[in-house]
Amino acid sequence: MSESLITSSAAELGARIAAREVSAVEVAQAHLDQIAAVDERVHAFLYVNADGALAAARSIDERIAAGEKLGPLAGVPVAVKDVLATKGIPTTAGSKILEGWKPPYDATLVERLRNAGTVLLGKTNMDEFAMGSSTEYSAYGPSFNPWDLNRIPGGSGGGSAAALAAYEAPLAIGTDTGGSIRQPGAVTGTIGAKPTYGGTSRYGLIAFSSSLDTPGPCARTVEDAALLHAVIAGHDHRDSTSIDAPVPDVVVAARLGATGDLTGVKVGLVREFSGEGAEVGVMGAFRDTVAALTKLGAEVIEVSCPHFVYALPAYYLIAPSECSSNLARFDGVRFGLRTGDDGSRALEEVMSLTREAGFGPEVKRRIIIGTYALSSGYYDAYYGQAQKVRTLITRDFTSAFEQVDVLVSPTTPFVAFELGSRTSDPYQMYLADLYTIPANLYGGPAISVPCGLASGLPVGFQVMAPTLADDRMYRVAAAVESVMGGLAAPAL
Amino acid sequence: MAAISRDEVAHLARLSRLAVTEQELDMFAGQLDVILQSVARVGEVAADDIPPTSHSVPLVNVLRADVPQPCLTPADALSGAPDPFEDRFRVPRILEEE
Repeated sequence: MSESLITSSAAELGARIAAREVSAVEVAQAHLDQIAAVDERVHAFLYVNADGALAAARSIDERIAAGEKLGPLAGVPVAVKDVLATKGIPTTAGSKILEGWKPPYDATLVERLRNAGTVLLGKTNMDEFAMGSSTEYSAYGPSFNPWDLNRIPGGSGGGSAAALAAYEAPLAIGTDTGGSIRQPGAVTGTIGAKPTYGGTSRYGLIAFSSSLDTPGPCARTVEDAALLHAVIAGHDHRDSTSIDAPVPDVVVAARLGATGDLTGVKVGLVREFSGEGAEVGVMGAFRDTVAALTKLGAEVIEVSCPHFVYALPAYYLIAPSECSSNLARFDGVRFGLRTGDDGSRALEEVMSLTREAGFGPEVKRRIIIGTYALSSGYYDAYYGQAQKVRTLITRDFTSAFEQVDVLVSPTTPFVAFELGSRTSDPYQMYLADLYTIPANLYGGPAISVPCGLASGLPVGFQVMAPTLADDRMYRVAAAVESVMGGLAAPAL
Repeated sequence: MAAISRDEVAHLARLSRLAVTEQELDMFAGQLDVILQSVARVGEVAADDIPPTSHSVPLVNVLRADVPQPCLTPADALSGAPDPFEDRFRVPRILEEE
């Protein structure tokens, strides 16, 4: 009984709860039980909201019993990455500098999740301030990949992806700055979608790189991701970069794609991402999937995006530059840690000691890199040049989308690597984001969907679409899912 | 040639208000040098006449109507403060002692 509840899709759970075949409380309890059974080994959660989840579920059951018509995800549990503010519930961003902080307000996304009747299960682990590709930079210890507990679940949103793969939650929220939703999805065999930048609100999202940060849905099926997307997306007057435009009907698009018909859809293969630096098994699974899309009626065309090879270096200048500015707010004055304030020290010294004690090594590296790239004398050669490269990458996308409807690539060059294998050389870690970063610099939507195994570990297939054409990526991703099938991690 | 020296890293850490240790300086200097040499590849792109992009959404000066909105109470705003004092954030002294 409880096994079928935790392995069900969110769509099924929502329908069964609405039909009163099962209660929201039973569904929440089944997931809390699974968390109790496996999370000691997976460490997907930094905080489990057990009492709050059961209370929210009870209230949904009462409303349904009273005859209220609620949305398709009412009563369905959701895990939220610990970078989004949750009122009265600890929010750390994976950092010691925010240990014990309880936000006095909800992020817009969290508010929308509550309004849709979803049940907040808890807060998931992440690399500190979303900087990393493995969760190994979490100040609270890494999460572990349910496919192989010696391997990383991806990052920064590895907790959300691991929670899905370990059946601890049917839905999760992530945030994607350079691939932090998609790469964890790829290496855990789950779905991760980065919406169009500005399509989902950043209000209450602890900022890393404001021009890139994009919250989005994580799930085990494309349809579930689309249902969650529909709940969280849309204009928010509290975020000045939020796009005031209708949200495309991503749920209809996902259901259309699931019919397996891609007649008339033009799929672009990025020539520059044709395998250099990628594992052989990853490229094999990718090519098999492209061949399968052809059988569904898609026309596959190779396109050139010559500046994509400069996306990684441009990103690792732009993101640290913005982070060095954003993280200035952690100064030990208004919230979070304060260290060394013994009455003898001046403010500046207390700030320096607080930040030294509160930030981990990757955050410090990025703050220092950003400070360097923005300093006079280096600004033009580094930050200024990176912004120009961003323009050229955007032009590559624009001209590619004149020829094709979507672009595809592997999500990440390698399957889940072993814990500890890339932490001593930070640049080796950065390479995990090679294929995901271009979409962030451009701003368009991109999704990772499982496309088979290599060496027994999941491979992700990435679909990138034009800005505000989020529906298109869901259609193609659902078509991939219809032929390649979903992946299920071995039981823990 | 190294892109960045240990002394420069120490200077940048001071600017960033990070009281890094000697051991961290030893570790960061080498790592940051590798990273900077790698990201310096952006300089290979001929982009003199290319305008910069700071943001993918072409929005400027987004304003709301000048109407009072609900906001945090003083107690809520101070709820996470390390050292609140009479509805204010108390901070260590700013000036050095004479």
